[in-house]
Amino acid sequence: MASVGLGRRRSRDPLAAEDAVAGWVFIAPSMLVFLAFVFGPILYVAWLSFREWEVVRPEKTWIGLQNYRTLFASDDFQNAFRNTVWFALGVVPTQTFIGLVLAVLANRKIRGKTFFRTAFYFPSISSSIVISIIFLWIYSNNGLLNFVLREVGITPPRPPWLNNPNGVIAQFLGVFGVENVSAWLAGPSFALLSIMMMNVWTTAGTMMVVFLAGLQDVPGDVYEASSLDGASRWQQFRDITVPLLRPVTLFVVTLGFIGTFQVFDQIFAMTSGQNGTTTLAYLIYQDMFRNFQGGYAAAQAMVLFVVILVIYLVQRRLIGPTEQS
Amino acid sequence: MAVATGQATVRRAAASADERTTRLDAILKIVAYVVLVLMAMLMFVPFAFSVATSFKTQAEAARLDWGNMLWVREPITDWYRQVFDLGIGGWFLNSVVVAAVWVVSRCLLDALAGYAFARMTFPGRNLVFVLVVSTLMIPGIVTLIPRYILLREMGLYNSVGALTVPFLSSAFGIFLMKQFFESLPRELEEAARIDGASRFRMFWQIALPNAAPALTSLAIFTFQGSWNNFLEPVAFISNPDLYTLPVGLAMLRTEQQSNFPLLMAVAVISTIPIVIFYLIFQRYFVEGQSRAGIKG
Repeated sequence: MASVGLGRRRSRDPLAAEDAVAGWVFIAPSMLVFLAFVFGPILYVAWLSFREWEVVRPEKTWIGLQNYRTLFASDDFQNAFRNTVWFALGVVPTQTFIGLVLAVLANRKIRGKTFFRTAFYFPSISSSIVISIIFLWIYSNNGLLNFVLREVGITPPRPPWLNNPNGVIAQFLGVFGVENVSAWLAGPSFALLSIMMMNVWTTAGTMMVVFLAGLQDVPGDVYEASSLDGASRWQQFRDITVPLLRPVTLFVVTLGFIGTFQVFDQIFAMTSGQNGTTTLAYLIYQDMFRNFQGGYAAAQAMVLFVVILVIYLVQRRLIGPTEQS
Repeated sequence: MAVATGQATVRRAAASADERTTRLDAILKIVAYVVLVLMAMLMFVPFAFSVATSFKTQAEAARLDWGNMLWVREPITDWYRQVFDLGIGGWFLNSVVVAAVWVVSRCLLDALAGYAFARMTFPGRNLVFVLVVSTLMIPGIVTLIPRYILLREMGLYNSVGALTVPFLSSAFGIFLMKQFFESLPRELEEAARIDGASRFRMFWQIALPNAAPALTSLAIFTFQGSWNNFLEPVAFISNPDLYTLPVGLAMLRTEQQSNFPLLMAVAVISTIPIVIFYLIFQRYFVEGQSRAGIKG
């Protein structure tokens, strides 16, 4: 009640007068950081994307849309774009599905619930570089994966996983004598597929935790009431659980897409972009810090930004602002 | 009569449906256990494999069999000694210093800003808040180039400053703290106000001490983010003495190529602090993640 009173008498209330200034003082340190390292850089990267800049020299020359024209015609960019799309399309549905299944399984009265949650969530809080180095070893020719595959009588791909640039779909079609498939249809390379599998392994636990939180929001009496009405388990899952989880699912999928579209650490540590694993984020890094083409790299960064912005806006449209909070 | 028979039929049907549900429940429970145990093993094996490898000679590591997959026949600690000669102690220290600065600064600045957004009315508040939250979806790689330029101009390139100054505040933290302060009863602060306290004192002496749970969540999330951060350290640091653990490990990988036992020793050392933190503060990790998830 008191707060309502304060709001109504805002003009005469000394606290309100104090807040008008103090509010800005409170947020000022954070805003300085955001201005310098987020808002400013976004504007600057847009500005830089219309210029040629060789990084080692100070001149930044206006060249209009040239960077964008070059990049859309460039094989490197198209490859990186294709790799990134394959990466996202492979990883996001898989990790979302596994996360959902694990959450539904773990969301019942079972022993060791905390243990399972601990085990599944741990990979996602570990360092991406540590995990990459561990899997580098697992995927190597004498590594754990090939050992197990050989023991159960499966011939591992050759060259071994991370050294293999062949497209997995092309390889599969090759068995049936289909040759010369297009670059898109060839699918991700074995090397990229290896990193994708690792990524699913890492992130599925995060997705599970988010789904579990969503499931716990579903009141238990909804299930009880529907049981009394004679609804089967499957009907309950289909008609109660799934619709109630829709906003969470959309969120998890968006989170997944935004995450996978900027995958960088794993590529850097495992393959340095070799064997069909260059992603958009890695290409930006490479063009900036290895090839010293600052303006061109900025244009690529802008494209990545727009792609992620579109994903974000689609999510907002699908969820709707009311369900957000 | 007819009505009674009808009721009996319904009752019988309901009873058999109940039986079916119970049996289905039992089966589902077994399936759940099997899947969960298998998945837990799948999550566990890579870590166990890396720990085992770090105690193996290169020769033993290259000869895998079912017996030494997750076990070591003749354990050696040479790799752990060797990685300290390669400078891992310094990287560890750098990682600790950077994480400490992130945690202290964010807990303070995010709490200040979060409090302002939750409690105070000032011109432009809503617009600024929307702008801050919208930065959550901007990938670090997009702004990497301008930040690199700015840090060079500021003379921070290749210094601890490059790894800390850009990260002194975080949108996620501000959001988290705002949510928390909104859930805190106003009466506490209003009592202090009647005693003539300023806004800052209301925040510092009343609100902040009551924010311990949210601050713990934020501190843990921040520690983890800092400890595992890779993009900026690799782009803004070229002096090996200033490497953090992830950068040191990534660079060792190019130098040491396939000396996996040594690389695994570094991986194990890098992971130990996270394991300790995770086991102590597990509840907060999971809660923070769920809260981040619901946020949207």
